[in-house]
Amino acid sequence: MGQTFAEKILAKKAGVKEVHPGEIVEVKPDVALSHDNSAAIYEIFKRMGGKEVYNPGMHAIFLDHAAPAPTTKHAENHRTIRQFVRNQGIPHFYDVGRGICHQVLVEEGLALPGELVLGSDSHTPHAGVMGAFGAGIGRSEMASIWALGTLWLRVPESLKIVVKGQLKEGVTSKDLALHVIGDLGADGALYMSVEWHGDGIDALNLAERAVLPNMTAEMGAKNSYVSPNQKVFDYLEGRARRPYEPILPDPDAQYATVKEYEAATVEPMIACPHTVDNVKPLSQVAGTHIDQAFIGTCTNGRLEDLAMASKVLFDRRLAQGTRLIIIPASSQIYKEALMAGYIEIFLNAGAVVESPGCGPCMGNHMGVPAVNEVTISSANRNFRGRMGTKESEIYLANPAVVAASAVAGEIIHPKDLL
Amino acid sequence: MNTKHVIKGRVWKYGDNVNTDVIFPGKYTYTVSDPAEMPKYALEDLDPNFAENVQTNDIIVAGTNWGCGSSREQAVTCLKESGLGALVAKSFARIYYRNCLNAALPVLISPEAVDDIQDGEIIEIRLEKGEIHCKAGIFTFPPLPETVMEIFEAGGLIPYTRQRLQS
Repeated sequence: MGQTFAEKILAKKAGVKEVHPGEIVEVKPDVALSHDNSAAIYEIFKRMGGKEVYNPGMHAIFLDHAAPAPTTKHAENHRTIRQFVRNQGIPHFYDVGRGICHQVLVEEGLALPGELVLGSDSHTPHAGVMGAFGAGIGRSEMASIWALGTLWLRVPESLKIVVKGQLKEGVTSKDLALHVIGDLGADGALYMSVEWHGDGIDALNLAERAVLPNMTAEMGAKNSYVSPNQKVFDYLEGRARRPYEPILPDPDAQYATVKEYEAATVEPMIACPHTVDNVKPLSQVAGTHIDQAFIGTCTNGRLEDLAMASKVLFDRRLAQGTRLIIIPASSQIYKEALMAGYIEIFLNAGAVVESPGCGPCMGNHMGVPAVNEVTISSANRNFRGRMGTKESEIYLANPAVVAASAVAGEIIHPKDLL
Repeated sequence: MNTKHVIKGRVWKYGDNVNTDVIFPGKYTYTVSDPAEMPKYALEDLDPNFAENVQTNDIIVAGTNWGCGSSREQAVTCLKESGLGALVAKSFARIYYRNCLNAALPVLISPEAVDDIQDGEIIEIRLEKGEIHCKAGIFTFPPLPETVMEIFEAGGLIPYTRQRLQS
């Protein structure tokens, strides 16, 4: 009988012939990702009696969640991590300013097809854009990986999502992701391995594709996978840190559920407060007043997203009293956006461009809202209190809609701008 | 058979989508930090009778998506500390499921058993055999593998890792 991607890769990483959903296996990740929480993980590691990290080369540590440090406490935390990295000889360390862990892992050629990435961050499924198995784990679990090099995983059931045809002009993969989450709900892929298939997915470029596994965390998924195609192999040419072996699901694999979507029927969508599955077509919420707009994050802070925003913002100014914060997801993207002239367009429009990292996404710094303010954001979460205060609202949208809304001072599609 | 692997107790039966806010209310997450204090607040907003009457080795039987919402580990600790022997559900929120196993609290998925087990009855779970014995009969679940049993024996992931590092 055919096997899904999850079954194949977990069997391989557990060193057994085959595995079945519900089984628990002990696996050795290829990459263990952690970020600013590494200092807390280090404390647990010490309680476990850990002294030397197992295989320093498999660990990748990023300072991105509150970076550069907004407070002395954060700075102390960063210093602890730098000392730890130096003492343990961890080669893959990315200090403040390099960018968001999930994006930088891809850029650095560390997220590879057929590999297993475990991360102490809930958006680790992002690595599925390269055909890897990425799953989020807890801090104690990461400490245990530092100590032993292995962790137990439950083999997940698989959900196959087939997208047919092409998205309409002005509709992005963010709209597709929100459409699917709205349809399946916040627990629609609970504990499942999600596989994205179909010509509608093949047609997307890598930046557009990345949004899908990134957002699948919001349906409860364990991991999310896009079959690597030539675009992935070309991107990895000269970039991959080591040889890799792609793993593809068998054509006759058994899926717990199969869902089909027609790309052409997807409209621009908005996730309304305060859950990501509270999704409505933009047309139903157009006109909602906003105070702040935010373009960035691991979901939609790539060059293509900034290009989209620059088209909207070219020769326009922000609405009076509205602010727009733009944070490229990595230093690489920042440089490319600068050379392409996007940053100049943003500054001319009146936007604030900040250093690469997670920014205000989870309310740490760099543009948190005031009480009763409304934010429209290109991020992946809009939970109550996510950006700092519980008394504020967050709408999620694609970057072009966020940019247009900043110009109008209310939620609007770019095609409706004057 | 190792008696540690047989759990016999009274069933507390609940429905679908029970979230961590009603298992351990958010208002206590920063005010109650001593694990021994946590059982007092267990299921406070779901079943006020639970905290007062739960006995060692009692078993929660629930519907789908038990433990959804916040990833707070206190929602596992408060039940573990109350002496709960195991949870059986149709499905668990992923992080809750992992938190339980890493805290050495057995969690079993058996949709058929959940449908047939009644609130208040006494059931017996045999972990090594993968069996649930209840009034309606015997239901099976895939036995927990060696790795997870070792975590149970050690008392959780932190002591387990410590033991493995020492050996």
